[in-house]
Amino acid sequence: MLGYLRRNVSLAVGLALLGVLVVFMVVGALTVDTANAQPLSAPALQPPSWDYPFGTDRQGRDLLAVMVAGTPLTLRIGFVAGFIGVGAGAILAFTAAYYRGRVDTVIRSIADIGLTVPQLLVLIIIAVSLKGSLTVNQMAIVVASLAWLSPTRTIRSQVLTLRERGYVEIARLNGMSGPEIIFRELMPNLLPYLAATLVSSVSAAILASVGLEVLGLGPVEAPTLGMTLYWVNFNAAIINGWWWWWTAPLVVIVMVFLGLFFLTVGLDEIANPRLRRSA
Amino acid sequence: MNAGDRILRVERLRVSYDHPLGPVRAVGEVSFALRPRERFGLAGESGSGKSTMALAILRMIKPPGRIDGGDVWLEDIPLSGLTDEAMRRLRLAGIAMVPQGSMNSLNPVARIREQIRDALADHGERLSRRAGELRARALLAQVGLPPEVADRYPHELSGGMKQRACIAIAICLRPKVIIADEPTSALDVVVQRQVMETLGRVQAELGAAVILIGHDMGLMAQFVDRLGIMYAGRLVEVAPIVDIITAPRHPYTRLLIESLPSLERKGELRGIPGLAPVLRELPPGCAFHPRCPMAQPRCGTERPAVREIGEDASVACHLA
Amino acid sequence: MTPLLELRGVSKHFAGGILGRDRKLALDRFSFAIDPALPGITAVVGESGSGKTTLARLLLGLIEPTEGEVRYRGRPLPGLSGSQRREFRREVQAIFQDPYEVYNPFYRVDHVLATPVRKFRLAATRADRRRLVEEALRAVGLRPEEILGRYPHQLSGGQRQRIMVARALLLRPRVIVADEPVSMVDASLRATILGSLRQLHEELGISILYITHDLATAYQVADTIIVLYRAAVAEAGDVELVVKAPQHPYTQLLIASVPRVGTARDWGTEERNPEAPSPAQGCNFADRCPVAIPRCSAAPPPLYRTDPRRAAACFRLSEQPVLLGEDIGQVLGPRPGAEPPVAAVLSA
Repeated sequence: MLGYLRRNVSLAVGLALLGVLVVFMVVGALTVDTANAQPLSAPALQPPSWDYPFGTDRQGRDLLAVMVAGTPLTLRIGFVAGFIGVGAGAILAFTAAYYRGRVDTVIRSIADIGLTVPQLLVLIIIAVSLKGSLTVNQMAIVVASLAWLSPTRTIRSQVLTLRERGYVEIARLNGMSGPEIIFRELMPNLLPYLAATLVSSVSAAILASVGLEVLGLGPVEAPTLGMTLYWVNFNAAIINGWWWWWTAPLVVIVMVFLGLFFLTVGLDEIANPRLRRSA
Repeated sequence: MNAGDRILRVERLRVSYDHPLGPVRAVGEVSFALRPRERFGLAGESGSGKSTMALAILRMIKPPGRIDGGDVWLEDIPLSGLTDEAMRRLRLAGIAMVPQGSMNSLNPVARIREQIRDALADHGERLSRRAGELRARALLAQVGLPPEVADRYPHELSGGMKQRACIAIAICLRPKVIIADEPTSALDVVVQRQVMETLGRVQAELGAAVILIGHDMGLMAQFVDRLGIMYAGRLVEVAPIVDIITAPRHPYTRLLIESLPSLERKGELRGIPGLAPVLRELPPGCAFHPRCPMAQPRCGTERPAVREIGEDASVACHLA
Repeated sequence: MTPLLELRGVSKHFAGGILGRDRKLALDRFSFAIDPALPGITAVVGESGSGKTTLARLLLGLIEPTEGEVRYRGRPLPGLSGSQRREFRREVQAIFQDPYEVYNPFYRVDHVLATPVRKFRLAATRADRRRLVEEALRAVGLRPEEILGRYPHQLSGGQRQRIMVARALLLRPRVIVADEPVSMVDASLRATILGSLRQLHEELGISILYITHDLATAYQVADTIIVLYRAAVAEAGDVELVVKAPQHPYTQLLIASVPRVGTARDWGTEERNPEAPSPAQGCNFADRCPVAIPRCSAAPPPLYRTDPRRAAACFRLSEQPVLLGEDIGQVLGPRPGAEPPVAAVLSA
């Protein structure tokens, strides 16, 4: 395993970055009081010090607590939306690609039309029309509503190529039913590809959610990364020179995206053996 | 061996390639020689090394493969002594190859005449458009294709026509040796006949020698003058084709001939028992001995050396 | 008796091009029946594009005919109930050409043998299942300990194809459709695999449809032969008659073109244009035929029955009676006086 990681540098880097974040979240949860992520927990606008290693913001939130509390929230939105997206996408993709005909035409057309519409725009409209402010879970559902479009297309084309393989015909001759063939014969061969799609889907979901939050359309009471950036923006923290306020969430976001990116590249290499470099 | 009357000489050629578990010998100490205008067949099954041989003669072995030893002479020029650039110029001009599946390697977005012109230009013959067209049509006529084919794209041609176009490209610089690797394997029997007859005619007109690589013994019988049989990377027998068919010396050759289904009389369906050799795990001694009905204890310990029989034949067997 | 599997006037068109305008005829009005009481080995010979693979897929129910019907025990395939369909799958099995593609690379080769045992409930216990699989492997000359537990890429093409024969064997089918079973296998192994197919027929009374482009193996393996040319039957009948004294000009050309060992190296006159497209009307072979007459370009010839055991579609034979219903099954029966395999008599 370690030998493989040495060859697959991307995978190693990705896992390392995400690993650091996981450690941060776990250790943080054990040592930091997340109640301090709420406003009025600490003196406002303190630069980083021993008491407040990440400083505090204008509403008196302890930014370390915010990071410890907010990172998992943001990741949760991303993972939930990503999983729903790939899960629904995979089911639709397998169905469309295996059965073809009208089912395929319908699913494919909806996905194609959906993909041409700017996703952020749709999400904004959805977020704005929901009454009151969102909870974190509602946020995840909002993002998930569009997250299935791209996976459906990409997984479908993969299944289309596999579908013509000889072993699928043999499976039919064995009397296997459609769903059985999809699960037993096709899906196992697509697991690496599905994993890679999942990671990129999570990444896209996090991006979408952060985007919505920065615009102020997210769960206002939750200390997610995006919301923090919203407050940064709202309070003109950059102009005012409160650098610690925006540095922390930025670093975490960059680590999340880089980690997921390298993970995708690394998984891609597993899924596509031709990309493997020799030892 | 007398260099004078041989157009191509292969001497003790060895090719291996790197595998995580150790180097694997794909071609081991193969030697043979071609006379001018001779049709030489190289027959063998999977793992025999025949295609690797062809690439090795043209010095086209790429890593993880490499040529370990031996040499190839074209007339009196040792190919190992040539620079890469000189070797590149020799390919097509001195030794031309029609590779396996070449009909599918034609450039799909270039017309046939452009592909011929590219081949010529690559070797320093830059012709004007008019001259290039005339040359292309002349070449196509040589392979029995109508002049319109020059203006066509590969997908507009049938399999047999594409293969003959590949032969036209192969002969455009009048090579001395043509290596044809399974030229008809994707074609049906009637078209195969046409392509092989074209190859034969073209070869006679050019005065070139041909190496025909394949596994169809029937085809070999109809086309070649001499046949070499390869097994597990070695030449186990070479002889004039009539001798190979009527009096094969090596047990593998004998079993191969016997296993051929005939159209004359229904008989027993006899194959060669055992499994094809795995190059990574060759048995000690003669590579064929696990499957050989006449194997002696000696065959399992000592690898038989190639024994020359006159100028045209050789065999590698303790019992032949 | 009801044929086990039959095609009645089956044609298959493939749509192609934009909006499906180009229609390619893959098989034209083909009628043929397999009688369970008289199992035989029938070869279907043709070049690529002749329709032989389409025929195989129609028989196996993998594609549907554009016209005509494919019937299993008298019932059209689309109308079969679940259990009838399972019976169909059990009695009609296949061996395909490519020994690489038919294996799911995710599973060991055991999967390809265990799945039919499981799906068709051929064994009650795990031990029984193992025993059945090992028996089948031994029957095709493989040693179970060398095969089971391996992944497909660890075995050779010949071994993989033999496993496929073992798989077909497991189900004790009545019919095996073998589509080019040995063309991707080494020459030295071909005879062994074809030999085991013939053995299956002789010992278990299984009918075999051997589809190939290789006339020589077809002659050696089969009792009867169907020669397809561009989606239509050119000639059909007893393999000795058709191969030794071909009547259709295409069959004659085919046999003359097969390279032979041991004969003088003369292929005869070269044919000028073997790949010209079919003429729009009349006999498919008319523009390549050395003995075509004006009538040949007017309408396609019917099958003429020139012998109780052969028929050919050529106007030069028009003095002979036309084959009733264009059903080539009539000329593909066993030779008079031939003993049907014992197993078949007992199980019919």
